[in-house]
Amino acid sequence: MDISIVSLVATLIVAATPILLAATGELIVEKAGVLNLGVEGMMIIGAICGFIAAVNTSSPLMGFVAAAAAGAALSFLFAILTQYLLANQVASGLALTLFGLGLAALLGHSYAGIKPPSSPKMEWGGLADLPVVGPILFNHDLMVYFSILLVIAVWVFLKFTRGGLILRAVGENHDAAHALGYKVVRIRVLAIMFGGACAGLGGAYLSLIRVPQWTEGMTAGAGWIALAIVVFASWKPWRLILGAYLFGGVTILQLNLQANGVDIPVSYLSMAPYLVTIIVLVIMSADRARASLNAPASLGKIFNASH
Amino acid sequence: MKFPKWIILVLAAAVAAYIYISGQSDKDMAEVEGDKTKVGFVYVGPVGDFGWSYEHDQGRQAVEAEFGDKVETMFVESVPEGADSERVMTQMALDGADLIFTTSFGYMDPTINVAKKFPNVKFEHATGYKQADNVSTYSARFYEGRSVIGHIAGHMTESNTIGYIASFPIPEVIRGINSAYIAAKAVNPDVKMKIVWVYTWFDPGKEADAATALIEQGADIIMQHTDSPAAMTIAEEKGILAFGQASDMKQFGPNARLSSIIDDWAPYYIARTKAVMDGTWESTATWDGIKEGMVAIGDFSDKIPADVQASATALKEALSAGTTHSFTGPLNKQDGTPWLAAGETATDFGDDGLAGMNFYVEGVEGDVPQ
Amino acid sequence: MIRLEQRANPSKEMVMWTPVIAVIATMIVGGLLFVALGKNPFEAIRMIFWDPLMGANASYYRGQILVKAAPLIMIALGLSFGFRAGIWNIGAEGQFIMGAVVGGATGLALYPMDSFIVFPLMIVMGALGGFLWAMIPAVLKIKFNANEILVSLMLVYVAINFLSGMVTGVLRNPDGFNFPESRSFQEFPAANNAELWAGTGVHWGVLVTLGLVVAAYVILTRHIFGFNIRLAGQAPRAAKFAGVSPNKMIAICLGLSGALAGMAGLFEVTGPAGKLSTTFPVGYGFTAIIVAFLGRLHPIGILLAGLLLAVTYVGGDIIQSKLSLPKASIQVFQGMLLFFLLAVDVLVNFRIRLTNQGAV
Repeated sequence: MDISIVSLVATLIVAATPILLAATGELIVEKAGVLNLGVEGMMIIGAICGFIAAVNTSSPLMGFVAAAAAGAALSFLFAILTQYLLANQVASGLALTLFGLGLAALLGHSYAGIKPPSSPKMEWGGLADLPVVGPILFNHDLMVYFSILLVIAVWVFLKFTRGGLILRAVGENHDAAHALGYKVVRIRVLAIMFGGACAGLGGAYLSLIRVPQWTEGMTAGAGWIALAIVVFASWKPWRLILGAYLFGGVTILQLNLQANGVDIPVSYLSMAPYLVTIIVLVIMSADRARASLNAPASLGKIFNASH
Repeated sequence: MKFPKWIILVLAAAVAAYIYISGQSDKDMAEVEGDKTKVGFVYVGPVGDFGWSYEHDQGRQAVEAEFGDKVETMFVESVPEGADSERVMTQMALDGADLIFTTSFGYMDPTINVAKKFPNVKFEHATGYKQADNVSTYSARFYEGRSVIGHIAGHMTESNTIGYIASFPIPEVIRGINSAYIAAKAVNPDVKMKIVWVYTWFDPGKEADAATALIEQGADIIMQHTDSPAAMTIAEEKGILAFGQASDMKQFGPNARLSSIIDDWAPYYIARTKAVMDGTWESTATWDGIKEGMVAIGDFSDKIPADVQASATALKEALSAGTTHSFTGPLNKQDGTPWLAAGETATDFGDDGLAGMNFYVEGVEGDVPQ
Repeated sequence: MIRLEQRANPSKEMVMWTPVIAVIATMIVGGLLFVALGKNPFEAIRMIFWDPLMGANASYYRGQILVKAAPLIMIALGLSFGFRAGIWNIGAEGQFIMGAVVGGATGLALYPMDSFIVFPLMIVMGALGGFLWAMIPAVLKIKFNANEILVSLMLVYVAINFLSGMVTGVLRNPDGFNFPESRSFQEFPAANNAELWAGTGVHWGVLVTLGLVVAAYVILTRHIFGFNIRLAGQAPRAAKFAGVSPNKMIAICLGLSGALAGMAGLFEVTGPAGKLSTTFPVGYGFTAIIVAFLGRLHPIGILLAGLLLAVTYVGGDIIQSKLSLPKASIQVFQGMLLFFLLAVDVLVNFRIRLTNQGAV
């Protein structure tokens, strides 16, 4: 068997980028104490809006900008429902997914069968020709590097800035945060919209780079995997990268093993990342000393200032 | 709290309007009952998939174009197999459909169930094996098309590695793999085929990943038995070659596409609609190939050298004329046991027949997933 | 500024009126959508809401509404108890699948036994399958404090892959040409959840669902368990003092919802769906969560919400074939309906006040 680890890693990075982008957004949302299950819906809206913008402007960049804006706009619906009208977050998120899938298909009706403008690769000069590290690190499109930078930015924001502190405070105990004078609802709305924008980018990465085309239902569950990765990462930005590459890697690995004629039980292998996620969650939850690694305490709970 | 009066008024008005309009609906229905022949189509995917359901819908449009005012078609897309499909078929029958095409294997039992309830409505089920007095089955000999593209692939591959994206290990897909391999091997003894099972008919992301994995493993030509054009776009990006599947897919890979296997349902749909109009419809099991036009081969790309184009065309014509069969002996099964003696051709049914094929021919690597 | 002011008690009038407001709002906005798609909005909306109930051939559609609504209602009933107590099982889809697989496998193992015991045994095993699958998040929550929302959601994907492994493996129909599906239960009379009266669509699952609605109503309003559930949800501390063990509550709520979801899966797979396959789960487990909320976690509300959604499913297919509308337009329409239903809920517990203060 001759599976090249180098090309495997290079491929899985591309396969994992959409879910990494979406998961980064969802991490911020959940850190603010909101559970938005509508990631799939926001991703597919980003996929089609980014596609439409990129085709019409011939600029992939405009596509990604439009995708982020569209994802944020859709998530704003969720924000209105859950933050102002105090609707249940689980139900609202599911409704958002249904709505997003339908709307995207409607918008995309005349865009099936079109090729988007291709996205340029990052220019690293001779670095791309280096053995091993070249293909893995220096031979990708801009969005791959952007997704990593975004993770770093989110890490810095959460760990070192006052804004990050406030966001975490809101997510841990919204009543206390409110008592301290923080605008809980406003902060959460912004977090939700950031999550929507990131999911939109992830969707556009699918339709503009990874697959590149528009087809109905093309996210095919990627949004749900993004949700799983946030849990797997136990709400730590750095671990998102590990999680996304693990989930992406299992798929890529099984396809490559098959291409090599190795007989593998596909269904059972595909279960593995989810089982690992549950185990990680249990370990994080079981140890009280690691409480800081656990889910934000106010996750999914409704907040109203007049309480 | 008093409820605002205007909402009550709006509500009352709405109810009144609906009662009035619903009175109209029976009139509409009466008008529809005329001498028009009504034909229903049930699709498993979106008509915008540019693959399987798209081609069936092209067939529907051809029926409309052919018969104009004499026919009325209706369709429902993305119908889940099972209870929902049964309801959609029943609904079409109740709405006066004379003929209903159900275009996915998973609609087999629902089609039979609904057909029992509507003995006067004709049903046509694609790719299944259950017939009834008012249920015909139809499918295409896609494997003939795969012989032609296998022949081209055998000539065109430089790495001697063909990548094959397969959906489910059913006879239809296994036939395609075998026939493509036999044709490629005939012109290129060194050819190897790498097969990836994705266990889905339609998942563009996964199909794209499968194509990438095959390319990583040295394939320089991709064939697919899944429904989306994702693999074609990946082939275009990576600068390798591929074939269109179900629909032509040229727009997804102007450089990558060598040719394509096109499902052309239009002749069959037109003929069956005509039969219903003439009152000559009978329950049949149709399995048509290149000859009848149900399997069409797309234009050849300029990349294919003239002599290969000529030999591929000759193969296509021989298959069409029946002078060549995709499965002609001597052929052994993968484990080396003899299957067809020299000159013998495979039968459609019976032991080791094409309809139930569940083994690879000698030379294909890997195991049929069990 | 607009400000929400909590009502002292939930408004009873609003409980009745909000769904009506939401449906009317959906008709207006959805009507605009149909206009944008070039269709007559009155005709489209009539076909969605009216034709399935009263239009031509409605006698058939009414039965189909029950077929579509029954699994939604059955699952939502189970979920509603947990949701009231603040226990969030969102993995009903997985429990639905596991119920169908375990119950279905039981039947397939007995094939072709012709005994009246087969089907009841399958129902029990189906409920057990769902129950055990739901006990995983319950045990992990009790023992390790793992968030049940996330564990139950992850288990949905494990279940989907498990199903796929089963129907491409041991449960595959040996006479089915390798297609990824089991033997048909419709051709196995002892295991078939058939229509009980021809043309009505009513199968055992529909009857059991109706019984469960009544049972749930009685439990919620008359039984001490219903009282404890409501107490646990509204005042967890008071519930503790009243002797309600939180762990026991978690186990009961998750187990109950899992068992009902599993049973719904078994009824679905042996009846309307007909066989185990990778395509038989069509998302009832997730839609049921929405149904539970739309029904305000009350059995009667859930019954109505399930029926309403079922009407839009049946009506949605009608307008697709009659008006040549894409499936997506119906999804958007349903999405709108859900948004409006969720949005207007706020009026039940809150009053909208205009104030000069800027605090929200």
